[in-house]
Amino acid sequence: MGPRRKRASAGITMQAFKDSGHLFRLAAVFVVGILLFVVLRSFLVPKSFGQYGHYRGDAMAEMAARPVIFAGHETCETCHADVLDKKKDGKHAHVNCEACHGPLAKHADDPASVQPPKLDTAVLCVRCHEASAAKPKNFPQVASADHSSGLPCDTCHQPHSPAISGGAK
Amino acid sequence: MSISRRHMLLLLPAAAVAWKHVLAGTPESSPNYTMSQHWWSMLIDLPKCIGCGNCVRACQAENEVPDGYFRTWVERYHVSDYDIENPQVDSPDGGKKGFPPAKEGSGKNFFVPKLCNHCADSPCTQVCPVGATFISPDGVVLVDQKYCLGCRYCVQACPYGCRFINPKTETAEKCTLCYHRITKGLTTACCESCPTGARQLADLKNPSDPIHEFLKTHSVQVLKPYMATHAKVFYNGLDGSVR
Repeated sequence: MGPRRKRASAGITMQAFKDSGHLFRLAAVFVVGILLFVVLRSFLVPKSFGQYGHYRGDAMAEMAARPVIFAGHETCETCHADVLDKKKDGKHAHVNCEACHGPLAKHADDPASVQPPKLDTAVLCVRCHEASAAKPKNFPQVASADHSSGLPCDTCHQPHSPAISGGAK
Repeated sequence: MSISRRHMLLLLPAAAVAWKHVLAGTPESSPNYTMSQHWWSMLIDLPKCIGCGNCVRACQAENEVPDGYFRTWVERYHVSDYDIENPQVDSPDGGKKGFPPAKEGSGKNFFVPKLCNHCADSPCTQVCPVGATFISPDGVVLVDQKYCLGCRYCVQACPYGCRFINPKTETAEKCTLCYHRITKGLTTACCESCPTGARQLADLKNPSDPIHEFLKTHSVQVLKPYMATHAKVFYNGLDGSVR
C-alpha cells in the first residue's frame, strides 16, 4: 500500500498537526513580506507625506520658495513716492506700476545695476485703449489711427496722469 | 537596563506622542504665514475686463509658463442676437497679444478671463492616483512636481480645461494662485498687473476682505455650477452663454 492510503487510515487530527508546518512557513513568508513592505515604505515615503492629507506636506513650502518676479506696487512706492503723487488724482491712480512697466522685482532688489526698460507708448496705450466692441462701453477707447494722426500718445497725455491739463479733456 | 511593566505602560503614551511629531516632519518655512488662517479665492469682475492680456503675460513671466500653454487666458465671446445658445469664442494665443477687431453689429461681445477655479471639491484632486495634486489647507489646488507621474488623469478630469502637461518636465501644471506670492503677503501676478481691477485675489477667511461685501451686493456666479465642484473663482456679471 502507498503512503497515501496509510495517511488516510492513521487519523485526521494527527496528520493535520504534522502538516501544519506548511501553514507556519506560509505565515512566515507573509510576515517577512509585510516587514519588508513596512521597512521599504518608511524609507521611500517622504516624511511629510500625510502631514495634512494624502500628499507631501513639504510640497507647499517648496512652491512658496519660488522667487517673485513682479515686485508689487507697495515695493515700488517705497522709492518712487513722487510718481505716486503724480498718479493719485489722475485716471490711472489705480493702475499698478508693473501693469505698464512690466515685472521689476530684479530692479527692486538691485536698483543701481538693473534698470527698467524704456517704454513705448505707441505699444502700451493701445493695449488697453484701442477701441473694440468687446470692451465695456464706459471704458475710454479711441481708434488710434484717427485719434492722434500718428503722433505718439505722450505728446499730449502724460501716462501717470493722462488727462490733458488746461485743454478740453 | 530593565524596564518594568509599570514603566513600559507609562512610556508608551509618551512614545506615541513623540512619534506623531516624527511623522509630522519639518514645520512650515514661512514663519508669518499660517495656512489655516486663509481660504483663497478670486473675484473676476467681468464688466471691468478690457481684454488687454496683461494677466496672461504677467502669469507667463511670473511662472515661466511655456509658450503656447496657459495657466490663465482670456476668451472673447460673441453672442449673436438670434443664436444665444451657440456663442462664438476666440482666444488667439490666449489673448496674450490682445485681440483683433471684434464683430460689430448685432449681438454682444465681451471678454472672460479664465484660470483654475481652485474648486473646494476638485475633480482633478480626486483622480490623482499618487497624491501629487491636492487642495492645500489654505484652499489652493496645487501640483507636487516631484510626485507627479504625468499620467494626465487630472488633465482629463478638469471640467474647465485648466491643466496641461508641461512639455519640459512632463508633469501636470496649472495655476498655483501664485502660491509663492500669496504666502508672502503679495497678490497674484495677474491681479497685480490687471489695470482695471477686473481680477482680485480674495481671502474668504479674512473677515475684512472686501470680497464679503462684494458677494453680498452683487449677482455673482461660478463657472459650471452644475458640476458641483464648489469653484472659488467668482464671476460678477457672468453671461449665461459662457461655457
